[in-house]
Amino acid sequence: MASKTININLKIWRQKNANSKGSMETYKLDNVSTDSSFLEMLDQLNEQLVNEHKEPVAFDHDCREGICGMCSLYINGEAHGPDRGVTTCQLHMRKFKDGETIYVEPWRAKAFPVIKDLVVDRSAFDRIQQAGGFVSVNTSGRTIDANTIPVGKAEADKAFEAATCIGCGACVATCKNASAMLFVSAKVSQLALLPQGQVEAKQRVLNMVKQMDEEGFGNCTNTGACEVECPKGISLENIARMNREYLKAIVAAD
Amino acid sequence: MSILDSKIPEGHISKKWTDYKDHLRLVAPNNRPKIDVIVVGTGLAGASAAASLGEMGYNVKAFCFQDSPRRAHSIAAQGGINAAKNYQNDGDSVYRLFYDTIKGGDYRAREANVYRLAEVSGNIIDQCVAQGVPFAREYGGSLDNRSFGGTQVQRTFYAAGQTGQQLLLGAYSVLSRQIGLGRIQMYNRHEMLDLVKVDGKARGIIARNLITGEIERHSAHAVILCTGGYGNVYFLSTNAMGSNVTAAWKAHKRGALFANPCYVQIHPTCIPVHGTNQSKLTLMSESLRNSGRIWVPKKKEDAEAIRAGKLKPTQIAEEDRDYYLERRYPAFGNLVPRDVASRAAKERCDAGYGIEANDTMEGVYLDFSSEITAKGKQTAYASGNHNPNEEDIIRLGKKWVEEKYGNLFQMYEKITDENPYETPMKIYPAVHYTMGGVWVDYNLQSTIPGCFVAGEANFSDHGANRLGASALMQGLADGYFVIPYTVSDYLAGEIRTGKIPTNSPEFDEAENNVKELITKFLNNNGTKSVDHFHKRLGHIMWNKVGMGRNAQGLTEAISEIAALREEFYKDIYVPGDANELNPELEKVLRVADFMELGQLMARDALQRNESCGGHFREEYQDSEGETLRDDQNFNFVGAWEYKGMDINQSELHKEVLNYEYIQIAARNYK
Repeated sequence: MASKTININLKIWRQKNANSKGSMETYKLDNVSTDSSFLEMLDQLNEQLVNEHKEPVAFDHDCREGICGMCSLYINGEAHGPDRGVTTCQLHMRKFKDGETIYVEPWRAKAFPVIKDLVVDRSAFDRIQQAGGFVSVNTSGRTIDANTIPVGKAEADKAFEAATCIGCGACVATCKNASAMLFVSAKVSQLALLPQGQVEAKQRVLNMVKQMDEEGFGNCTNTGACEVECPKGISLENIARMNREYLKAIVAAD
Repeated sequence: MSILDSKIPEGHISKKWTDYKDHLRLVAPNNRPKIDVIVVGTGLAGASAAASLGEMGYNVKAFCFQDSPRRAHSIAAQGGINAAKNYQNDGDSVYRLFYDTIKGGDYRAREANVYRLAEVSGNIIDQCVAQGVPFAREYGGSLDNRSFGGTQVQRTFYAAGQTGQQLLLGAYSVLSRQIGLGRIQMYNRHEMLDLVKVDGKARGIIARNLITGEIERHSAHAVILCTGGYGNVYFLSTNAMGSNVTAAWKAHKRGALFANPCYVQIHPTCIPVHGTNQSKLTLMSESLRNSGRIWVPKKKEDAEAIRAGKLKPTQIAEEDRDYYLERRYPAFGNLVPRDVASRAAKERCDAGYGIEANDTMEGVYLDFSSEITAKGKQTAYASGNHNPNEEDIIRLGKKWVEEKYGNLFQMYEKITDENPYETPMKIYPAVHYTMGGVWVDYNLQSTIPGCFVAGEANFSDHGANRLGASALMQGLADGYFVIPYTVSDYLAGEIRTGKIPTNSPEFDEAENNVKELITKFLNNNGTKSVDHFHKRLGHIMWNKVGMGRNAQGLTEAISEIAALREEFYKDIYVPGDANELNPELEKVLRVADFMELGQLMARDALQRNESCGGHFREEYQDSEGETLRDDQNFNFVGAWEYKGMDINQSELHKEVLNYEYIQIAARNYK
């Protein structure tokens, strides 16, 4: 690895709490290794701020390997920054130039209010899951043998692809309507594609969509930006599938 | 008599759990809503335990420090989950899974617990499939399997390299269902900062609301800790940044014994360290060892040339490569258990054959070229092309590899900027999992009545080394299939207790302690950041309580950590306020506990004058560098009792391990 260091300027959104007004603040950070991840760069900035007895920048993060979905950040106008197929923790500083000015903002959506600095409240996603993102099976373990329900490889693979959504919210932050359709449709699709999900299919899609609307997310106008910015490459096909499921559910009488 | 009563039921090992379950006490459905249960942590163990107890009708409160229960670190597990289904018809059985796990743990785990784990493993797969977990399938529609280290069968179920994610989202879905039904109250962004004991029993917790900073009291009839492992004591590990020992450690300070703290799993295949600003290490799944071959150059000068950038690995001829695992362990080859693979990598790098040009020259290759060729040929044949050219073979082989491991390869490329389809991965061992944890009996109850511990947070199933794909198995087995029975048995004695008040002196005392500590840190006008101290602690731990340990190093570590801890309390600087989101404050509270734990780990490693599993004492090895166990003197679980601030006063208790169903033997993978 040809490691080198760069010096950068940062413009970061600072906001004390949900009730206060925020603003962009400017920071200068030197000697950033190009092998560092974006979050390691923020660690370095925070270390510098703490050493100056200033308050560090709050941001969400946890696993730092692109799977927990905790990290977010709107970087230079793009969810999870300029790279494709990655979360912010997998974005590396080699994607930036020496002397560059980097703009860092939180997710912006009515349904994701800012808590502090770059941290937002995504609990709306949890409530959508609670409305129907499951198969109602008890946890006794006394179901049937796993291999008695064959699932074709193609369907299983599609269901898996939909299920890889990490719930980070990049789709919402990217969408001009702040729509959560990609997120919701990924769960609806996963279960719609599997035999286990059939029994509750109608109720599931109705309940999840209802909750989604109540949370204040916008509608889908087929721009497709969500698919581009999704770190897991969740496909727009899922939205089409959810729309079909929804239509089936409201049109077809029992 | 020892204060440790493992409560292993009588009877033949294959009947113990069934008979025992049949005789446990029950709580009638109409009584369950009157009983409160707290579950801390929402990983596989926590989410499954909370969901199961909520479903049964108990009044459950669940806590996690993340912004959603779906983000617990179980989500990052990659390779798979073991289950003795024998779908591949290769001779697997409950007994074999039990045997492999005991042997894999280097004969330092409790037989009865491990057997139960193997026994319920099949139910986990049934349960998960019923929930809609999209496991990998074969073309005929049935479930696919692969191999993991330390076994000679294919019993690992998987979902590409994201098995943990799929299982956790499954558990999260059943948890969400119960939250939606109002049977579980979920507290996101809350951190448990103390356990509250009343009349000797666990009766609640003190938690901090991480957004408002409010210190909250929550009471319950039982508290279940599912808070994961303590690998972050090393600063750099594959754990999530927030993973911490605080909940378990507070329980320890309140009287729960802490078992085998020195048993740490160093995972052989992680991406090597790149620099001093690095915050964490990234695992490359063990499943890759199904397809990848591990090697270093045979000649030192080749290794030197590679480090100097003058030679590429692809330029090293086949006969000049040392596939050291295949050479040393022909029976298991690249699929030896993790501790064995890690030590072998360290041995080669210490001898000067490492290939990574970092400060420590630590790194070996994980090479997929043989597999790409083999699978490319197979795929071509299967599609009717019996005379494929080189180009077709490579193309098809890469496609096969991508299907199995695509996300891992992508992850590797993003981090290192190198393409592992073209050039071998560079890997090196890193801290990954902790086998030690809170001591629990057969019921998963700690030495504090009413305080249960499940998943990685307890010590129970993996002995001195955990086999790959067994952590997911244990988390779900504990949460879905053990806790609901054993906790109910305990709660049967609580139906007349009534609501536990939170205005008792015990709650006052616990809350005041937490508040005082927070005030102390925030008012301490020191000069150094939390990370500064955490990194220094990690440095001591990795160098002296890491992959190779010896009496001198451990003795030094104990006093160095004690000195560091003193400096920490004097010179720490924590910015911000108590009544707001304050990540530095969250970190300092965790690191304070890691300091104490680190010292105990070193003490435990020092008392264990033998090598076993992940615990390698350099003084105890044979002429070929293999571990030398001492079954005469160390065939016990070492459980520590907290005796105050000075960790040197902590007292060791021993639970002797009796092997009735497995012949204890030297562990051999040759």
